[in-house]
Amino acid sequence: MEYAPQLYSTALRMTRNAADAEDLVQETMMRGYRSFETFEEGTNLRAWLYRILTNAFINRYRSKQRRPMETDLADVEDLYLYKRVASLENAAATLSAEDQFLDLLTDDEVKSAVEDLPDTFKLPVILADVEGFAYKEIAEMLDIPVGTVMSRLHRGRKAMQKQLYEYAQARGLVEDSQDSN
Amino acid sequence: MANCKETLEELEPYIDGELSSDAKEHIHGHLDGCVDCQQAFEFHLELKAAILRKVNNDELPPGLLMRLESCLKEDFDGDGTVGDPSDR
Repeated sequence: MEYAPQLYSTALRMTRNAADAEDLVQETMMRGYRSFETFEEGTNLRAWLYRILTNAFINRYRSKQRRPMETDLADVEDLYLYKRVASLENAAATLSAEDQFLDLLTDDEVKSAVEDLPDTFKLPVILADVEGFAYKEIAEMLDIPVGTVMSRLHRGRKAMQKQLYEYAQARGLVEDSQDSN
Repeated sequence: MANCKETLEELEPYIDGELSSDAKEHIHGHLDGCVDCQQAFEFHLELKAAILRKVNNDELPPGLLMRLESCLKEDFDGDGTVGDPSDR
């Protein structure tokens, strides 16, 4: 049960809805209890529970077709956020602009940037950036090759960075890149 | 020594802790002499830490633990009752 808060937090990002997240955690714990004999002693219990959670989410929402799992993402240039924040740093002539930029983002903005990713990209991002699972563990949970985990993480993170920058622009924290200078 | 392009290609595996110690040493060798890459790596490490800090702070709804106790017939919170004590 020590994993319940973490599972709930992940379920909330996945479903974006508290009631759905509670249902998903309940389903995960029930399945985990019922199939506990399939858990191999000495392996990672948390990873095993997350595999159940991930599968429960995919089955539930794929069958409902509320949102398609396979959605494409617009291509975003590499180092998207870094390049922009680094140029703010030069403009402001302060070494702490990066820290400030990250501190200025609210919890809700970062949560939304994660939640708004299409599921195909959101799941690897949550599992790597929030839950800290290894590529190999994520590959097993999502039943995809490690190379696919890496490419989805790469594209998902860039899309998330672009969204974070747009939130900062919308709040007037940074100037619109077209208008600067 | 690796060049900037090769080094930046390893940025994500690096921040995700996926590189072997040899590969990490190789990266550090480049970062020691390249401020630009060093700053990019530091930024992404800080970004990953910021995401974790700002995303991973939802509170477990108070009713959920009791709901789980009722479903699984276990006293998880050790209060001597299964489910909501006020139900008894």
